[in-house]
Amino acid sequence: MTASNFDRTRYSRFYSQMLRIRAFEQAAIKAKEEGLVLGAIHPSIGQEAAAVGVCENLKPDDILLSTHRGHGHTLSKGASPEAMMRELLGKVGGNCGGKGGSMHIADFSVGMLGANGVVGANINIAVGAAHAIKLKGEDKLVVCIFGDGAINRGPFLEGLNWAKIFNLPVLFVCEDNAYSATTHTRDTTAGEGPVARAKALGLEAQSIDGNDVVAVDIATQDYIRRVKMHGPHLLHLKTYRLGGHTSTDAAGYRPTGEADEKWNHDPLVRCRTLLTEAGVAVAELDNLEADASREMAAIYATARDAPFPPAIEAYADVQDIGDPRTEAF
Amino acid sequence: MKQMTYLEAGREGLAEMMREDPTVWALGEDLGRGGVFGQYHGLQQEFGKDRIADTPISESCILGSAVGAAMMGTRPVVEMRFADFALCAVDELVNQAAKARYMFGGQARVPMVVREPSGLWRSSAAQHSQSLEAWYAHIPGLVVVMPATPADNKSLLKQAIRCDDPVVYLEHKDLWALQGPVDDDAPDLPLGKARIARAGSQITLLSWSAMFHQAMQAAELLAAQGVSAEVIDLRSLWPWDKATVCESVGRTGHLLIVHEAVRVGGFGAEIAATVSEKLFGQLKSAPARLAAPRIPISYAPTMENEVRISAEQIAAAALKQIGKINA
Ligand SMILES: Cc1ncc(C[n+]2csc(CCOP(=O)(O)OP(=O)(O)O)c2C)c(N)n1
Ligand SMILES: [Mg+2]
Repeated sequence: MTASNFDRTRYSRFYSQMLRIRAFEQAAIKAKEEGLVLGAIHPSIGQEAAAVGVCENLKPDDILLSTHRGHGHTLSKGASPEAMMRELLGKVGGNCGGKGGSMHIADFSVGMLGANGVVGANINIAVGAAHAIKLKGEDKLVVCIFGDGAINRGPFLEGLNWAKIFNLPVLFVCEDNAYSATTHTRDTTAGEGPVARAKALGLEAQSIDGNDVVAVDIATQDYIRRVKMHGPHLLHLKTYRLGGHTSTDAAGYRPTGEADEKWNHDPLVRCRTLLTEAGVAVAELDNLEADASREMAAIYATARDAPFPPAIEAYADVQDIGDPRTEAF
Repeated sequence: MKQMTYLEAGREGLAEMMREDPTVWALGEDLGRGGVFGQYHGLQQEFGKDRIADTPISESCILGSAVGAAMMGTRPVVEMRFADFALCAVDELVNQAAKARYMFGGQARVPMVVREPSGLWRSSAAQHSQSLEAWYAHIPGLVVVMPATPADNKSLLKQAIRCDDPVVYLEHKDLWALQGPVDDDAPDLPLGKARIARAGSQITLLSWSAMFHQAMQAAELLAAQGVSAEVIDLRSLWPWDKATVCESVGRTGHLLIVHEAVRVGGFGAEIAATVSEKLFGQLKSAPARLAAPRIPISYAPTMENEVRISAEQIAAAALKQIGKINA
């Protein structure tokens, strides 16, 4: 990538989105420390380039399925961070009205069909969403993001095989942060990993540096084009989870110095370096950072001050036939 | 009125819905060849391979993909082949289909039907014979339907497909060949409504699916002994028609629930408890249950028969309950 063909506007926007994700999660971690976030949160600090490099390439009506570690994907797909923060705090105005929390955030209005609390479960759902798109003859695609741990669950085999058999418009993205909860995924995964497994099923697949937002962007654009022509593909994005599995996990199981070394590859710093090298003014980048912090501080304050939903809402949106508002017993 | 089998009625119900609504499609193993029992015979010829889709043997993906396809505005009809195999897709049904609408705060609808051929037939043993309806009734978000007759299998399947909730639709394998009248002009039944199939005054026999037919025969046997039994086909387990059941038991004072599933933790326990709570003062006997012992289902007929309930057993239990045992 030479300075002359580097798209400064595009990557300034990408940088800004990465900053917003980082600031959102830092605000969420703070809210968790203050006892305001009630359930577990799984921050994606260090993985923002994967989220942004993929999701910024999606149109509003393209479909995204995400994971328990999905704040970045969801924000980048266009969901309102204020609604997301409210959801984390279980407040009125959350994306799911306070019924889901961090692990079940969805925003159907921007094509985000849900995070999932069950590792790997989003793969089959994504494949079915693509099946519906094919049946209806629509021109859009489904992106399904999952972790390196998910490739050891059955849906990885069933879903990829299915997508290939029915030639469905799905881009599978394995966001490999090296860990499955507290275990290095290397210790639980036989063979060469997601690319080899996908290729064994006849899918085109490649591994790339998931902390290089430009590389992720270019590979995603290429694969989106190919998915629309030739069916399912898989991208393996190699990244690193800079924090613990959850915000309260100190991650003492990692070798000493491993995380410190990985901070040198922080995708935000790398993107900033690319932008300054391409001649973007430092002050401009500082402004983006200040904007992101200000935005997330403000939504944190409104979310904090919002009320909890009324208890009676617990009975809504269960089912039409046999609705618990008529009969719950 | 035309006569058709339970199997043909289900096929006709699905075909009519597919003609009426282009978003309805079916997926499962071997559907192109008609499905294992022939319930889909000829449908791929009429509707094509996209709408009658032959899938890999991937139960978790069959059900899970249907969740995604339903959330995207189609109405998948999922064929699980045997109810027992649906257990390979419990996450997809229980954690995904049943929960998506709720946990996403009402943003999703999951209009899918999960057809699960269920129950005992001959010598199919422990993994091809189970009746697991009580499990599904336990899960908020699911509708649970068990048709007993050809007419109901057509009508209830159509209503299940129209329903915006995920419906577990348990057809009984031993009823496929059952003949019965099907009235094309009858309005489709609402889900959750029981049927008083035989009026009676001295005891209410409550059942569903194949066991309903044993209860009807038992009522004949009882009539021959001068006992008037009312027989109810519950049709749906969730929602279940408490009003019809309680009205009947309020009149007869005796309730005998008969089901093929294991008695321990079976749906009969739920009904017995509810009826006891609502009608305690009016009951002439404690609500009773006749159901399978808590053993897996065997292969050899001698042992397999230990989990079968016959009309004679039902009649005997009813006589005992109302205190008319001829010793
Ligand atoms: C089916 C299932 N098993 C176990 C868990 C508990 N769990 C939650 S996240 C996680 C690790 C997942 O690892 P990976 O897929 O690599 O995603 P990451 O957390 O690294 O983003 C585990 C084991 C779960 N949620 N679902
Ligand atoms: Mg991981």
